Amino acid sequence: MTLSVSDVKRIADLAYIEINDNEVKETLNQLSGIFDLIETMQAVDTSTVEPMSHAQSVVQRLREDEVTEADQHGLYQSIAPQVEADLYLVPQVIE
Amino acid sequence: MQWEIVIGLEVHAQLSTQSKIFSGASTAYGSPPNTQACVIDLALPGVLPVLNKGAVERAIKFGLSVGAKINSPSIFARKNYFYPDLPKGYQISQFELPVVQGGNIQIQADGEEKNIRLTRAHLEEDAGKSLHEDFHGMSGIDLNRAGTPLLEIVSEPDMRSSAEAVVYAKTLHALVRWIGICDGNMQEGSFRCDANVSVRPYGTEKLGTRCEIKNLNSFRFLEKAIDYEARRQIEILEDGGIIRQETRLYDASKDETRTMRTKEDANDYRYFPDPDLLPLEISANWIDQVQSVLPELPQARRDRYMSEFALSAYDASVLTSSRETADYFESTIKQLPAQVKLCANWIMGEINGQLNKEGLEITACPVTPSQLAALLERISDDTISGKAAKAVFESMWNGELEKNVDAIIAAKGLKQISDDSAIEKLVDQVLAANEQQVADYRNGKEKAFNSLVGQIMKATQGKANPAQVNTILKKKLEG
Amino acid sequence: MFNASLKQLSIQLAEKKISSTELTTEFLQRIKQFNPEYNAFITVNEEISLAQAKVADKMLATGQAGPLTGIPIAQKDIFCARGWLTTCGSKMLSNFVSPYDAGVIERFNQAGAINIGKTNMDEFAMGSSNETSYFGMVKNPWDIAAVPGGSSGGAACAVAARLAPAATGTDTGGSIRQPAALCGISGIKPTYGLVSRYGMIAFASSLDQGGPMAKSAEDLALLLNVMIGFDPRDSTSLQHDAEDCAQDLQKPLAGLRIGLPKEYFAEGMSQDVASAIEKALVEYRKLGAQTIEVSLPNAPLSIPVYYVLAPAEASSNLSRFDGVRYGYRAPAYSDLADMYRKTRTQGFGAEVKRRILIGTYVLSHGYYDAYYIKAQKLRRLIAQDFTEAYKRCDIIMGPTTPTVAFNLGEKSGDPIQMYLSDIYTSAANLTGMPAMSIPIGFGDKNRPIGLHIMGNYFKEAQMLNIAHQYQLVTDWHLKSPV
Repeated sequence: MTLSVSDVKRIADLAYIEINDNEVKETLNQLSGIFDLIETMQAVDTSTVEPMSHAQSVVQRLREDEVTEADQHGLYQSIAPQVEADLYLVPQVIE
Repeated sequence: MQWEIVIGLEVHAQLSTQSKIFSGASTAYGSPPNTQACVIDLALPGVLPVLNKGAVERAIKFGLSVGAKINSPSIFARKNYFYPDLPKGYQISQFELPVVQGGNIQIQADGEEKNIRLTRAHLEEDAGKSLHEDFHGMSGIDLNRAGTPLLEIVSEPDMRSSAEAVVYAKTLHALVRWIGICDGNMQEGSFRCDANVSVRPYGTEKLGTRCEIKNLNSFRFLEKAIDYEARRQIEILEDGGIIRQETRLYDASKDETRTMRTKEDANDYRYFPDPDLLPLEISANWIDQVQSVLPELPQARRDRYMSEFALSAYDASVLTSSRETADYFESTIKQLPAQVKLCANWIMGEINGQLNKEGLEITACPVTPSQLAALLERISDDTISGKAAKAVFESMWNGELEKNVDAIIAAKGLKQISDDSAIEKLVDQVLAANEQQVADYRNGKEKAFNSLVGQIMKATQGKANPAQVNTILKKKLEG
Repeated sequence: MFNASLKQLSIQLAEKKISSTELTTEFLQRIKQFNPEYNAFITVNEEISLAQAKVADKMLATGQAGPLTGIPIAQKDIFCARGWLTTCGSKMLSNFVSPYDAGVIERFNQAGAINIGKTNMDEFAMGSSNETSYFGMVKNPWDIAAVPGGSSGGAACAVAARLAPAATGTDTGGSIRQPAALCGISGIKPTYGLVSRYGMIAFASSLDQGGPMAKSAEDLALLLNVMIGFDPRDSTSLQHDAEDCAQDLQKPLAGLRIGLPKEYFAEGMSQDVASAIEKALVEYRKLGAQTIEVSLPNAPLSIPVYYVLAPAEASSNLSRFDGVRYGYRAPAYSDLADMYRKTRTQGFGAEVKRRILIGTYVLSHGYYDAYYIKAQKLRRLIAQDFTEAYKRCDIIMGPTTPTVAFNLGEKSGDPIQMYLSDIYTSAANLTGMPAMSIPIGFGDKNRPIGLHIMGNYFKEAQMLNIAHQYQLVTDWHLKSPV
């Protein structure tokens, strides 16, 4: 499989990372090298193997439905880039 | 050409838990901004989700009530996209292996039973809210709602008109409230619909290209949006155009749908199992436990009302439109078992009418089932007429005389005249004073009879027992 | 004092030969003196540290002290600590003062330990040389031309340079063990799920595990006893019966079966590392152990599997850094999308962005099965290889790294060469099994070499025993560059 410039641009868009035209070639080269390494996986037949998502086969623990958190928005918003009227401000959201 | 409209619905029902699906913050509605967003809801670096048992239990309840399969294990996945009201940059949802798989909902459409198949229902977290009031060119983000548990209920494209879609949505709405998993408050966004709409030539099988309409927060908008969208698609097709698959937004102020995003710029959500959450196992034991506390479902009750009380399908479905209504009905008839139909009529008529007028839920009805039964008992034992009962009801509604039926009847002098000799005397007086009408009646003018009854009722200010008046009058006229 | 073991410090504190305040002050002084050269710490907060020391002294005075009460511990800057700048080595969090404590931090606080400072690290723990930190590279105290390893490079440096008696690290593909090896100290990554991940800034959730870094296995045991424990806030935290990690330290090793994976001894290991490993194995045989060859046929695929799974999870985990609720926000932008893009482009360094791109790609439509699912299947095969091997041996040994510490700048331009430094370590993250590194000598340019000791799930006490018995008969762990 070969990665293309348009692939790089597409994934950069999805990830909200800017890659300018000067960088795109270099990024493509690096990613291609890494994907060559990754491609070595394909040599092994895994058709009968179950994917492994977690290190342990443990099941999800459940929390009781109880309110345990108190309002601390003052503390939490003290580290926010921009807040007004207790709201986090962002450039206008257009729907 | 004749077109057939094909509709499937995706409904987001907020689950009525105390705390959020993955955090211990409150889900209460309407609190000041960001006061219910804890470190987990804010997606601070390092925080982790832990699943709320109450949310899972509600999903199981729903699955059982629609005869679906409860998947175990069930897997949580991340749906990745950027939006300011989505703090983690991904929504924890389910992709493969949702909690609820399949199921059916019966609806009453045009007097007929119709089955709507469900594809699935999965658990996920709600997003926060973007407030578009202008903060000098910026939007404000309130994350109180972020992390509220949602059950997304997806139907198959089994509906064929906007009316059917509305009936389905209303049936589902009633069901989630009935089983107590969602408060159904549409103004507060507790129950939200997206509609997938396509059209195809009548008699063909192949589904047309669909558009998804978002943001339908009332049954009326749902109906209007589908109607508009179907018309739009038909017009395009009849002009020889093709439908683009896209997501559209319904604009209620203009009564139209418009493009939100096309398939081409649709996001690649990069779903993958959330590594912070483990497979959810739901034991047979747990399912049994939930089953054992599941209330009798609306459809079962409707069927029972028809078979046990000989109520019509219409009456039975009105009385089972909500669990509270059905419970009200059952409490009433428990005290007046011989007058089921009378109780049903009063609940569907007077009670529902008055509740609607005042915008009240039946749980807030000022007249309790036992008070209503006491009133109706006075109709059935001929103490008062149906008409007088309405006056008594009004007084009870307004809380007069501690809602004591007999006290109100006495105070208003509404007691019916049921004494035969008293009525006979009245009849004689009226007959004597209306010889012409008596003659008319005897000459075959049936109408004259009603006029005579009217005179008698007038003379008693409506208090004479109408049945007795009828019998005695008939006897006298024919005697 | 600076070379003292935790046990020695604990005794001195208990016997009132020194107070926690004095001890803390001395280490703060040392940091002040040497950190400008090594850059092991991103943040030092004398006020908080000394306040904690005061509390510890009270605990010591009133007999409420535990083994770590009053002892300064350097915390990797990946652990959120309330009131502390917690940067994760990134510009993105260069202004993030955490409003809450990580599970690990809470446990150290409860034990009365002192947070002596937040250690430098590769940005978001992505790196094997500590060169990706926004706060500058860390030097290897054995040779300031060399990298300290990464991502817990600041922690390894701090312990080796005696700027702290012990430190915490985190390990996603080798980030505790590799820097421990390159800096000549001991470090252990426990079984996945034993140490809470709550408040430990996520890199790759299914692989990340916190663990201690210290001079000796005995110190590690004391630290692990504090760090391990169920945390209900972490769904992957295990409800495992608590056991004393130090309980088996003194057990003799007679009869121990050491597995040597032929794949790890085949090629790629440099000569100096190979001969140090051979000498260490000679010691172990003297201690009564026997060595047998085992095979881990799929282990060589650990790196490609790791470089699919870790970036995939990271790409999603790092989506929360969007400039909205905390952290860095670009100063100028045209609209919302531009704010996201500029914030993330300016806030993340090159390696982090590279991994986000890899991860985004392998999860994207049409590639998910070929990469992500394929890698998860291989992950299972790798885990099965180890499970099979542990039927024939008690423990697996090999080199922690293929070479001694490389020079600063040597590999920073070549990501693939950098990734291959984790060739022996990443398998343990994929399987979730515990693994550790202990110093066993010096190689090229007199730089330290580490022995990789890998065990089956929950074998921490046994592994520490094996390491400790070696350290009783050798003194590599006592060597210090200062």
